[in-house]
Amino acid sequence: MSAEPEQGPTERPANPEGGSADTANAAVTPARIAIALCLLAPFVAILWVGSYARTGPTLIGIPFFYWYQMLWVPLSAVLTTVAYRLVQREKARSGRAAQRAAGDGVR
Amino acid sequence: MNGGVNWTALAVFGFFFVLVTVMGFRAARWRKAAAGEQSLDEWGLGGRSFGTWITWFLLGGDLYTAYTFVAVPAAIYATGAAGFFAVPYTILVYPLIFTFLPRLWSVSHRHGYVTTSDFVRGRFGSKGLSLAVAVTGILATMPYIALQLVGIQAVLDVMGVGGGSSTNWLVKDLPLLVAFAVLAAYTYSSGLRAPALIAFVKDCLIYLVIAVAIIYIPIKLGGFDDIFAKAGHALSQTNPATKKPKGEVVSSAPNHWAYGTLALGSALALFMYPHSITATLSSRSRNVIRRNTTILPLYSLMLGLLALLGFMAIAAGIKVDNGQLAIPQLFSQMFPDWFAGVAFAAIGIGALVPAAIMSIAASNLFTRNIYRDFLRPNATPEQEAKVSKVVSLLVKVGALVFVLGMDKTVAINFQLLGGIWILQTFPALVGGLFTRWFHRWALLAGWAVGMVYGTVAAYHVSVPGQAHFGGSNAPIPGLGEIGYIGFTAFVLNVLVTVVLTVVLRAVKAPAGIDETRPGDYSADAGDPGVQEELPTAAGTGSGAGTD
Repeated sequence: MSAEPEQGPTERPANPEGGSADTANAAVTPARIAIALCLLAPFVAILWVGSYARTGPTLIGIPFFYWYQMLWVPLSAVLTTVAYRLVQREKARSGRAAQRAAGDGVR
Repeated sequence: MNGGVNWTALAVFGFFFVLVTVMGFRAARWRKAAAGEQSLDEWGLGGRSFGTWITWFLLGGDLYTAYTFVAVPAAIYATGAAGFFAVPYTILVYPLIFTFLPRLWSVSHRHGYVTTSDFVRGRFGSKGLSLAVAVTGILATMPYIALQLVGIQAVLDVMGVGGGSSTNWLVKDLPLLVAFAVLAAYTYSSGLRAPALIAFVKDCLIYLVIAVAIIYIPIKLGGFDDIFAKAGHALSQTNPATKKPKGEVVSSAPNHWAYGTLALGSALALFMYPHSITATLSSRSRNVIRRNTTILPLYSLMLGLLALLGFMAIAAGIKVDNGQLAIPQLFSQMFPDWFAGVAFAAIGIGALVPAAIMSIAASNLFTRNIYRDFLRPNATPEQEAKVSKVVSLLVKVGALVFVLGMDKTVAINFQLLGGIWILQTFPALVGGLFTRWFHRWALLAGWAVGMVYGTVAAYHVSVPGQAHFGGSNAPIPGLGEIGYIGFTAFVLNVLVTVVLTVVLRAVKAPAGIDETRPGDYSADAGDPGVQEELPTAAGTGSGAGTD
């Protein structure tokens, strides 16, 4: 029951007929894999309920079940931030590659 | 219910209510670009000008509603662990929208789309599919607005104003009527700017109340150890109606699927709601959205702390028949009167912000995808704005009738159904953002199957004391586990869509005209053709939008 395989986090433009996309933009780069992993990790952690459905160890009296899930709030925020930075860097790189000036009006 | 009126709390509540009312009316002139301009972009999307922080407040005000504040701890109060699903749900939302919302923002700016249905019509060239998305959106939003009223009612009730004990209906409902009349008036005059500005006040109050509550109440109750011990004991008591324990402190194995699918299904559904999209499209640039997905989780943290209040209500020995009253009652019992007033104001204003945005979103849908597409194709931007303003009033009156005229459980049942329904628009919207492969008729058929299955399955859920719509979980066919009905319906929806797409493409059924181009999905502010769009631009391109 992993989330939604059709939603790659890349910036690849959708192809109208679902055929082969622009190869320059569709390349799988290490950065894009890292982005995908950052965004996928919370789904694996959270949807595997059995991995955290227990009482101990408690934190200031709060059962593991609760504090572990709340810990994932900042964790996923950090992962999303990393993904955001990577996307920005990717964009700057592909912007430089293209003839158009990099990141115009982005910042 | 407590006999007397709590005057101190009421005075503090009244002060904040007057403050946000003044702000709501003054918001009309806030950050206004061109004086006198009347268009749906101006009124319904705040001129599409909001930066990272305003968008953050707006989305926070929008997604974390008064009903959330009341209902999430109420669910914990009633059942324990199962109610905590709201936290994983909001964790999953942000990585999810990180992937698709920027694309929606870009294509909407290129083509002047105001609603999700605008996009679906432009992408698939199908008015039928667009109408299905619009109607689903309106149907799902209406009970949501109604539930905001339930949130206000709960705090008024605990303050001793109105509520059940009074016999005269006018006295009983007058405070609610006043609150909603004021809300309707400033939404009408200021549009989306009003909730954006009020959201600041709401969030400051909420954060303050949560911070105090999460420190002060556990100290008074003897620490979290005691709270969970007492709650565990109370939840393990047998419920006389079901002959089973009332709840559990930690989710047990048979409930894992329900917990996971409810979190995932709700996360998928959240940004299908028209009001979330309205707040998103009002932002200035694509990066505002991405940046927001990194800071919005702050609200999830707050929600998690808030959820724990449900256990505190159990430990404090709060006994209420109506679970919605558990948290207001806890505040009133634990806090000094004046601070209880602050807490109630936070909940009350927390109802006004989303109610305003939801009514704007629903009226945008009506104006763009029913009025303009079917009734008056040549409507000018001025006419669109005018119709939207009037419809926003009608939507609120409708919600009011809903709450006052019918039993509260009707609104809650519809809200439950609304969540199931809105999820069925996911394949058309998010699918459409990434690929044109899906066939428009297949999407429509998938949507219909999901809607029917979800409604029927929810109808048959019974609990003691309630024969139908007893909950949102049912056995997943062929799996033997209990899961969220909305998610099962969604999977069916996708299966039907995929199978029918293969069939329809094989018989070469007409695919409809796509007015978008690949580059539209990654366009950013400053790119050519992004900023100077008018709402009318969507209909003028190449005669698209015919079915």
